[in-house]
Amino acid sequence: MESISENAPDAQSSPVDLPKDGGGALAVSPPSRRGRRGIGWAARAEVAVLTGPALIVFLAFVIFPVVMAAYYGFFSWKGYGPPTDFVGLHNYKVILTDPTFHDAVRHNFTIVVLSLVMQGPIAIGLALLLNRKMRFQSAIRVLIFVPYVISEVVVGTGWSLMLQTNGAVNGLLEKVGLVGLKQDWLSDPKIAIWTLMLIITWKYVGFAVILFLAGLQGIPPELHEAAAIDGASYWQIQRRITLPLLGPTLRIWAFLSIIGSLQLFDLVYIIWGQYVAATAGTSTMATYMVVNGRNAASYGYGNAVAVVLFLISLTVALVYQRFVLRRDTQGAITGGGR
Amino acid sequence: MSAIKTTPAPTPAPAVRQRRRRHTDNRRFSGPAVYFVALLLVGAMLAPVVYIILGGFRSNSQITTDPAGLPNPWVTEGYVAVLTGSTFWREVGNSVIAATATTLGVVSLGLMASYALSRYNFRGRGAMYSLFAAGLMFPMTVAITPLYILVRSLGLMNSLGGVILPQIAFALPVTIIILVPFLRAIPAEIQEAAEIDGCSRLGFFRRMVIPLSMPGVITVGILAFVNSWNSYMLPLFILNMDESFTLPLGVQAFASQWSVDTARVLAFTSLSMIPALVFFSLFERRIVGGLTGAVKG
Repeated sequence: MESISENAPDAQSSPVDLPKDGGGALAVSPPSRRGRRGIGWAARAEVAVLTGPALIVFLAFVIFPVVMAAYYGFFSWKGYGPPTDFVGLHNYKVILTDPTFHDAVRHNFTIVVLSLVMQGPIAIGLALLLNRKMRFQSAIRVLIFVPYVISEVVVGTGWSLMLQTNGAVNGLLEKVGLVGLKQDWLSDPKIAIWTLMLIITWKYVGFAVILFLAGLQGIPPELHEAAAIDGASYWQIQRRITLPLLGPTLRIWAFLSIIGSLQLFDLVYIIWGQYVAATAGTSTMATYMVVNGRNAASYGYGNAVAVVLFLISLTVALVYQRFVLRRDTQGAITGGGR
Repeated sequence: MSAIKTTPAPTPAPAVRQRRRRHTDNRRFSGPAVYFVALLLVGAMLAPVVYIILGGFRSNSQITTDPAGLPNPWVTEGYVAVLTGSTFWREVGNSVIAATATTLGVVSLGLMASYALSRYNFRGRGAMYSLFAAGLMFPMTVAITPLYILVRSLGLMNSLGGVILPQIAFALPVTIIILVPFLRAIPAEIQEAAEIDGCSRLGFFRRMVIPLSMPGVITVGILAFVNSWNSYMLPLFILNMDESFTLPLGVQAFASQWSVDTARVLAFTSLSMIPALVFFSLFERRIVGGLTGAVKG
């Protein structure tokens, strides 16, 4: 979304904005100066050759399918032959009145909130910890990032084996004498969503930590030194200086986390399969889309779900940008501590 | 994924050194407590991975009687069976082809487009850049169903090409957003010098831009490779035949096919994460630097 990129925080640089004039070396280099606006035919041909392939692939495989999703959504269509059975807004009516979809939306927003609440504090704590001077620092940073690099399928397969009723987690609990804590982790609807949150936190917290560490490195150490000289304690410094200055990074991370949670598909589909996700209380809009669209051979309906999913994500993104990211455009790094 | 932006030079080393501030460190909690917490943390992050790897060295009866135990005795049959079978290697091959082709495609198309977007002053440049940037707002989840229909009508079902082309397309926005500032940072003087020496703009691209943009190219290349290696949703839709499965689909198929043979599933799963882990440990700095550079607030 270019508007967000343009409004992105960071006062000192705006690499994503295209300068209107003189940005390219071509425009300012004297030997090739050709006037303010126009460029020669040769250069135009070069531009076409350079951007053509990327543009074609991008339009064909990103923009075109997204547009087609909106179109197919108005049809009842099995996916073969051209869609002819125009049903208007019928698909959308069904989606918006389907209790299963309501459940999925509710799960999605639960996951959004819990992801922020669980990963945020943990990741801040870990980033502060790992930002200290200590041995094996780089090794630790690498190791906490391992779950993020492993594929969702491996994570899902491994965890679902460990979380079976006779799996390793229950076995471990039994060993340490906590038999009372044994659970039916995956299929008990009261617990399944928390199990999912545990796995999500485990897998993605490393990413948040890495982001926050990068943000911490951008805070000038002089501020800490000045505060320490003024007698501030370690925790006071973190609360009054570090956290406010980390604000822009936190807000960007929260944005990425929210969008990721709304689009969540892989882990749920792998662990809970296509059938039990709804009964276990972990279904998401994306799994609903695949189960009721492609798996049910109702492609028109699936596309309508995709459109709803997109509109919900877009609305959340725009609202977030309007009310949260907006302040980053005003003061960024040093002015952000209001 | 909208607020992606870069610093042209990833993770400057001096800044890291500067961070080692003396005042707040070594005051409190720098002692054993910090290391203990760090150890717990690393343990929690690694325990499931270690369990999967060790589980492959156990037999099914060991796993059944004591699900949380260590291998005793160590059994290598699970690993041997996976490594000597053809399924695993075929899927590794498919994943390697898909990831390599995706990476090469993204890097070459992205570099060309970024070069035009950063160093040519043509009408519609801003609009084109905005179009690519807007692509970040369209995750594959939204487009997957029509994408599947499109790939099917192109006759690319069950072929790796049907996975590679969409992956290239969906990786282009990030690539271009990372590479454009990178290419713009190349000093104009270098280009002038090259022009005086009789180098054309395309010659400049080939001789100067490509070598100079290597760090950025490596970053976007690694992102594309790892994403393709781990990708699940697109192959799930496009690849329906065992012969065309990539590793993630293979792991899932193997897990359901051998669901009674937990040990073998664990062996297969742990073998399938080795390539990603090796790749990650080789390029760890680049991946972390690329991600933090790419999404830095």
